[in-house]
Amino acid sequence: MRKSTRWVLGAIALALLAAACSPDASQSSLEPAGPYADTVDDLFTPVFWVAVGVFVLVEGALLWFVIRYRHRRTRTDVPPQIHGNTRLEIGWTILPAVILAGVAVPTVATIFDLAREPSGGNVMQIDVLGHQWWWEFDYPDLQINTANELHIPVNTPVYLSLCAAGSGYEAQPAPNECQADLPVPAGLGLSVIHSFWVPELAGKQDVVPGRTNTVWIEADRPGTYEGQCAEFCGLSHAYMRFHVVAHEADEFDAWVRGQQAEAASASGPAAQGQEVFAANCIQCHSVNGLTDDAGEPVIGAIQGPNLTHLMSRECFAGCIFETNTDNLTRWVSDAPSLKPGSLMPSGLNELGLTPRQVDAVVAYLETLE
Amino acid sequence: MASVSVPGERGRWLTRRPASTTGFWSWITTVDHKRIGILYGVTAFAFFLIGGSEALFIRLQLARPDQNLISAETYNEFFTMHGVTMIFLVVMPLSSAFFNYLIPLQIGARDVAFPRLNAYSYWVFLFGGLFIYSSFALGGAPNGGWFGYAPLSTAEAGNNMLFYATGLIIVGVASTVSAINLAVTIINMRAPGMTMFRMPVFIWMGLVVQFLLAFSLPIITVGLFEMLFDRRFGTHFFDPAAGGDPVLWQHLFWLFGHPEVYILILPAMGIVSEVLPVFARKPLFGYQFVVFSGIAIGFIGFGVWAHHMFAVGLGPVANTAFGISTMIIAVPTGVKIFNWLGTLWKGDIRFTPPMLFSIGFIAQFIVGGLSGVTHAVVPADYQQTDTYYIVAHFHYVLVGGAIFGLFAGIYYWWPKIFGRMLPDRWGKVNFWILAIGFNLTFAPMHVLGLQGMPRRIHSYPESLGLTFWNTAATLGAFIIALGVLQFLIMAISSFMRPKDAPADPWDARTLEWTTGSPPPPHNFDEIPEVHALDDFWHRKYAETKTGRVVPVPAGGADQAVPGGVHATRGEREMEHEPHGIHMPGPSYWPFVSALGFPLIGYGVVFSPWPIVAGAAIVLIGLYGWALEPSAE
Repeated sequence: MRKSTRWVLGAIALALLAAACSPDASQSSLEPAGPYADTVDDLFTPVFWVAVGVFVLVEGALLWFVIRYRHRRTRTDVPPQIHGNTRLEIGWTILPAVILAGVAVPTVATIFDLAREPSGGNVMQIDVLGHQWWWEFDYPDLQINTANELHIPVNTPVYLSLCAAGSGYEAQPAPNECQADLPVPAGLGLSVIHSFWVPELAGKQDVVPGRTNTVWIEADRPGTYEGQCAEFCGLSHAYMRFHVVAHEADEFDAWVRGQQAEAASASGPAAQGQEVFAANCIQCHSVNGLTDDAGEPVIGAIQGPNLTHLMSRECFAGCIFETNTDNLTRWVSDAPSLKPGSLMPSGLNELGLTPRQVDAVVAYLETLE
Repeated sequence: MASVSVPGERGRWLTRRPASTTGFWSWITTVDHKRIGILYGVTAFAFFLIGGSEALFIRLQLARPDQNLISAETYNEFFTMHGVTMIFLVVMPLSSAFFNYLIPLQIGARDVAFPRLNAYSYWVFLFGGLFIYSSFALGGAPNGGWFGYAPLSTAEAGNNMLFYATGLIIVGVASTVSAINLAVTIINMRAPGMTMFRMPVFIWMGLVVQFLLAFSLPIITVGLFEMLFDRRFGTHFFDPAAGGDPVLWQHLFWLFGHPEVYILILPAMGIVSEVLPVFARKPLFGYQFVVFSGIAIGFIGFGVWAHHMFAVGLGPVANTAFGISTMIIAVPTGVKIFNWLGTLWKGDIRFTPPMLFSIGFIAQFIVGGLSGVTHAVVPADYQQTDTYYIVAHFHYVLVGGAIFGLFAGIYYWWPKIFGRMLPDRWGKVNFWILAIGFNLTFAPMHVLGLQGMPRRIHSYPESLGLTFWNTAATLGAFIIALGVLQFLIMAISSFMRPKDAPADPWDARTLEWTTGSPPPPHNFDEIPEVHALDDFWHRKYAETKTGRVVPVPAGGADQAVPGGVHATRGEREMEHEPHGIHMPGPSYWPFVSALGFPLIGYGVVFSPWPIVAGAAIVLIGLYGWALEPSAE
């Protein structure tokens, strides 16, 4: 008993310690990089150590009693029949209550702190839409719409409105506030609950159909922060990842200018791809600035991700693939085989594209920088 | 054969009551609470093996990053069914097994208040469980999580979640019926002299659990019916586009779901409160406080549900209220732990397998309790919720706690139930395998969760740096599997030895040890009269004026147990021939009536006609039941 118990307890302690110092985890709530996550971490850390203290004391008492009062072969008498002690009972009712009250005070303060809407002139407003299974980011003030990669300036509070996109029962359109300006809310798939989570920047906030939740994030330093849907949302829940990219102010401005630009008309081999795209892909995707042979604008639908600047994003399809030729070719050829339940039809099997047409489309997509 | 009661005469045209006391039909028709307890236990253990296998597939899939051993679809079915199975088809019925077997024995009764209703509970539960599992063969098992969040569960086509909603309603019927039956039994059928505060703590916890069931099951039933209405009758309870609200489901589910947590853990707490005093050879420290803290947990347990919903966006006021109520419930839970420690203090502790499992329960439950308090720190929970940190937390409570407690119960009462001892040494080995496997599986999940691993993902990329602890957890899961396999071999091979367990092998304190191992069908030749808490102990030991405990003088103990404490079963049977004890007769009707439920279920899922057939069978069963001749 004794020795092995120590081993087990030691292993638990080691595991918890390892949690504090595993720098290789890239999506870790233990490495906060912004004021929201810092606040949570500053609250969790002392509570964690209080819990460790209680753990050591109580498990220590258990271990000590178990060793001290173990049966010895020579013993024949029955131990004294102690039925209880009211003072002790009152003591160990009140003491934990006091400790918990001590934990409750900063907890409550922090709850209200984090729930406040960020104020100040530089607050940035972004709409976040959860789709099955990708994230859409819409910057209403900047006229930017992108997917899977949320770009923000550092040291700027960013206020996010969270909406669930997609349809309700019997494929009826389910309105949401983030798409209030659209005549018909856009989105394939079902409007279901998601949860927006970038552990290094903030805690989770659920994305609930019929509600508009809000959460604010802020990054202290430039970098890419990984995030992921944290509420089970169907078949490819695991494949609903995203990046938050924090830029210095001037870099961010450059990014904004790049995103606001329209796509140029393709030439060379990509031009054929542009035709295939205009014929097959615009039922769901749009590319700002796309024109047909006559130079007339082609308005694509916004059910799927806006692809105007696809190549500026490091990842696509719920951030499960790096954006490169190989991955795009595989994806356009047969998306459902790569991502279970994907609502992007298979290019080869469902849209009837030839491999050559797929290559052309990918060549066109690669011009969308 | 002379029948005196009127319903008996009128009922004769329907059927005779079954008469067999051995063999297959005796088990189908039994109304003996002990046999029903065994049926519950065996069935729950079978489901435990199935739910455990699902867990092994989950762990295999997650052992390495980017694996595709099972598809996302299968994975989602497996984690959903793992949860549904372990909660509704394992821990609840395993607790029911102990309640059924032990409540009458511990309160000095011959059976439960409504023996046929008791059989009915079991058969409805069994058919409900089989109904849910039949979904694997009928187009897909439930795949929306055991929590079945709308609108994912209601808007998706496919029968998966219909099986979930219908199956849980059926299983809920079983639990509701059983809850009322057992509560009535505890309140009305106690032996003379057994006042409420002379009841064993296990009985108290049983009483609290029955009330929790009776009050919480209707809430999820409402939710499940609304889910079915949305799917079948075009209502829009959870569809925001038509004015419904998905959060309504969450409130209904967790207003049931949190009391459910206590439904799962209180029986194990009761078992541990029985085992610790016996092997520390001291009474339970602070009996009244353990009882009252259990009752307090039952009450407060209805006021903490929204701590499952801190990230839903209920607002800071609601989050504060539920954060604080969650902290408050930690207080009575702590009281229990301190009293168990007090029981060990100055004891004479014997490390039998049941005692090891009980000590393991305390050690592991402390971890689960402390991580639970960190969830009450609401902002911290914004990070923790829906991650593996939560998975670690509730497995520490429900496996390290509930399952270890139930294993303590299995080892402790095995000789009483089957008349055979489980081998002491192998039992200890079993404890260590399970404890090591359990901690290796679930301790790393604390780390994984804090490092950003969400729950319910069938795959994770290597770049997240989560591989090491996932591999460790998978290794641990297979050590648990090894432990369960070893237990199974040990348990089965115990039947190869003769029934040699004495009536009171542990020198225990409660009434079930005063009768044979296994007890006769009528439990007690003579209904015991109770004079104190731990009555049986006081019949065996007296305290001198100086406070020393001495055995009751020669002959005293032998009066307590028919044939003497250490007599074998054969000797007792020779001495005591039960005569003139009226026991309820077996019946076909609970089985028949329960048979209609899965048919109704298939009707709800597929097409209406089986509903008519199923309802007819239920009705015929109930009429047969009502008109059955009374037992001779």
